[in-house]
Amino acid sequence: MKLINDLKLKVWRQDGPDAAGHFETHVVEKVSDEASFLEMLDQLNERLIGEGKEAVVFDHDCREGICGTCSLMINGRAHGPQRATTTCQLHMRTFKSGDEIVIEPWRAAAFPIIKDLMVDRSSFDRIIEAGGFITAPTGGAPDANLILVPKPVADAAMDSAACIGCGACVAACPNGAASLFAGAKISHLNVLPQGQSERYKRAEAMVHAMDDQFGSCTNHGECSAACPKEISLDVIAMMNSDFRKSKSKNRKALSRG
Amino acid sequence: MSTVLNAKVPAGELRDKWDNYKADAKLVNPNNKRKFKVIVVGTGLAGASAAATLAELGYQVDAFTFHDSPRRAHSIAAQGGINAAKNYKGDGDSINRLFVDTIKGGDFRSRESNVHRLAQVSVDIIDQMVAQGVPFAREYGGMLDNRSFGGAQVSRTFYARGQTGQQLLLGAYQQLARQIGLGGVRLFNRSELVDVVEVDGRCSGIVVRDLLTGEITSHAAHAVVMATGGYGNVYFLSTNAMNCNVTAAWRAHRRGAMFANPCFTQIHPTCIPQSDESQSKLTLMSESLRNDGRVWVPKNADDARPAEQIPEDERDYYLERLYPSYGNLAARDVSSRAAKRLVDKGHGVGPLKNGVNLDFSAAIARLGRDVVQERYGNLFQMYERIAGEDPYSTPMRIYPATHYTMGGLWVDYELATTIPGLYAAGEANFSDHGANRLGASALMQGLSDGYFVLPYTISNGLAPLLNKPAPTTDHPAFVQAETEARERFNGYLNVKGTRSPDWFHRELGKIIWDYCGMERTQQGLEKALSELPALYSEFKKDLRVTGTGESVNQTLEKAGRVDDFFQLGMLMCRDALDREESCGAHFRSEYQTDDGEALRNDQDFCHVSAYNSTGDPMSPDLVKESLVFETAQLATRSYK
Repeated sequence: MKLINDLKLKVWRQDGPDAAGHFETHVVEKVSDEASFLEMLDQLNERLIGEGKEAVVFDHDCREGICGTCSLMINGRAHGPQRATTTCQLHMRTFKSGDEIVIEPWRAAAFPIIKDLMVDRSSFDRIIEAGGFITAPTGGAPDANLILVPKPVADAAMDSAACIGCGACVAACPNGAASLFAGAKISHLNVLPQGQSERYKRAEAMVHAMDDQFGSCTNHGECSAACPKEISLDVIAMMNSDFRKSKSKNRKALSRG
Repeated sequence: MSTVLNAKVPAGELRDKWDNYKADAKLVNPNNKRKFKVIVVGTGLAGASAAATLAELGYQVDAFTFHDSPRRAHSIAAQGGINAAKNYKGDGDSINRLFVDTIKGGDFRSRESNVHRLAQVSVDIIDQMVAQGVPFAREYGGMLDNRSFGGAQVSRTFYARGQTGQQLLLGAYQQLARQIGLGGVRLFNRSELVDVVEVDGRCSGIVVRDLLTGEITSHAAHAVVMATGGYGNVYFLSTNAMNCNVTAAWRAHRRGAMFANPCFTQIHPTCIPQSDESQSKLTLMSESLRNDGRVWVPKNADDARPAEQIPEDERDYYLERLYPSYGNLAARDVSSRAAKRLVDKGHGVGPLKNGVNLDFSAAIARLGRDVVQERYGNLFQMYERIAGEDPYSTPMRIYPATHYTMGGLWVDYELATTIPGLYAAGEANFSDHGANRLGASALMQGLSDGYFVLPYTISNGLAPLLNKPAPTTDHPAFVQAETEARERFNGYLNVKGTRSPDWFHRELGKIIWDYCGMERTQQGLEKALSELPALYSEFKKDLRVTGTGESVNQTLEKAGRVDDFFQLGMLMCRDALDREESCGAHFRSEYQTDDGEALRNDQDFCHVSAYNSTGDPMSPDLVKESLVFETAQLATRSYK
């Protein structure tokens, strides 16, 4: 264990959704290089409580990079400087003594700030509620091996399904678009045989729910670069393709219905 | 106060009990289901699957989670897989074999009828999850792949890479999201349960605190399901997520729900050791690593050389030495205790001398780096990210950590607690894993309870209530519970002492870990029971919570959770002291064989210890549920 000294933190503080925010500067005099970034913030908060001040609010939970609760723009980058790494898995050995670290919440119109570094990401849930599922009520499922899924298809579905819903893609996007998130779920379900019945209905409904809340995609690719699970841009292509087809397929389905 | 526990196990042969139950269970007709409201607290595997299924059936469901989204629940972190008695490999698996393995794994401290039902519905879970699009691993022909797991001689574990929990949770979450979109479920996110309300001897609803505004509100329902997870965070350091807590279960306990087997907590042998005092949680490394890694410590406790410079004859491969036939694959509890003993003797490795080596150099020499990388590449990468060391060139350091809690709210065969109308599912209840849980069976139990058990048992409980007046939140019991909750949270703010909730949590965790962790003794437990009340009263006098109760205040949330962990901690130690035997994960040093194995006492302790709250967790009221083994043979575990 080595100590890192005199980190200058500029932390975004904001009392509530409608309050004006500001940067607050704190010096962390020493922190172990073995500590995670969030443990460094824990340490700061312990000190603030000791001084009778209010702790900095930030979202976090599993601290193993899978729940998608943690966020933070660190020096302007979603989840900080290390590739394919969530903030909770980022360790202080990435930084050196004397560094200045700017810590901000996710910046996106669809993720309003709740307090300090905590934002409201329920707009993601609205996209899933619109169609990010396979309708399969409990009880009537056939034997699992009756549905054959070739290994490459299962692997491709899994690649997209690895999304943790953290919102880094939206925060990194200059347009605040959610195409990588929506595309990942559409690609997960639309490649599987189980997902075919609702394929175009799903694509259409999810894209509309996305467009209602998020900015438009202009193919910058910042989302995929910021994604801690390295979801590929391909998922956006699949979403767009299925969305385009949905406009004719769903109309046909309606006329038959 | 003493209660006679009736587990309401249906009549008939073990294999017919669940069918008999379903045949006799009362139903609610489809048009009447919407007249009933069910509250589900928690949206992990058990909660999300229960809420979605109950809404599909037509009940009005209100689901509560303290997370921002149901998808964050800690079920998401499960790595390994989910067991099911499908026998897809044709290797001799069956419902009976899964049942026997689970009973044995639990060291004969679970209820036969519940465990058998779990094995029966395990096959339906896989069908349901596949229909929902969970991308389980496949063979090239498209059929499902399986792998083997500890405690079983068959391959019955279904998996989705190292993220099985994530994929199952997202499956259940998507099903729940569909119901939210359709209006069948109302979701209350960032809402934490702070009390359970009983009216006329029946659970009539809950009181919750909105974590964004601090507002305390009441919610009435005909039935309430607690699917609120385990209490491993009582140890402060565990593999649980930071926000996992016992509050919901504990508040139910204080209102009359019995708490069973609190001392049954599972320690997982392969976690990354603590790196410094500021550490907030421990990370699990899959147990599969022990298939190729060799565990050792330096023979000389003062040896400060890097691992690779310590010659072969100065290393103690203690698992191979102590358990020659099982070696590095000795059972979870056995290898955990062996590591602890050596670290306690000063043989630990790493900067804090708090771990043991898990060395892959022999495997790399034998198999080549490529094969090792193919088998464990993602785990090695995860280790490197956290520990900052390359396991290909230097041994991993590992140490045991708390992982899962088998104890929980006592439930009968219907998963009903001792408060009528209040049910408990998943890790929050005590029912299926006895004194020790087998790998890949937590996911199975959560989904079994939520999908295939509660929908039947809740209907059976609700049917007789048709056309009777529904509970409402203006009843004085709700008003009083709200007032008490407000006073409780204002109380934390008004102590104005000097220590943060985290400071107390850390101190509490040290006591519980030292005396009620991997190895327990009468003397140690008595010491813990003398230290805990003192620390708890300091907590009440010297707590400092900054900020207010009217907006997001994570310090205040934590204070409430730590308060409940204190009370639970005392009950755990009482229970561990009372259980004068070693069984499963509960190891009392006084009760071991000459070889250091657990010495069970079936004569005096073949029972579930369930506790009634007396208001003082130091003197709870113990009620025993005798366990009768009619099908599985009571036998001693052996690793010889």
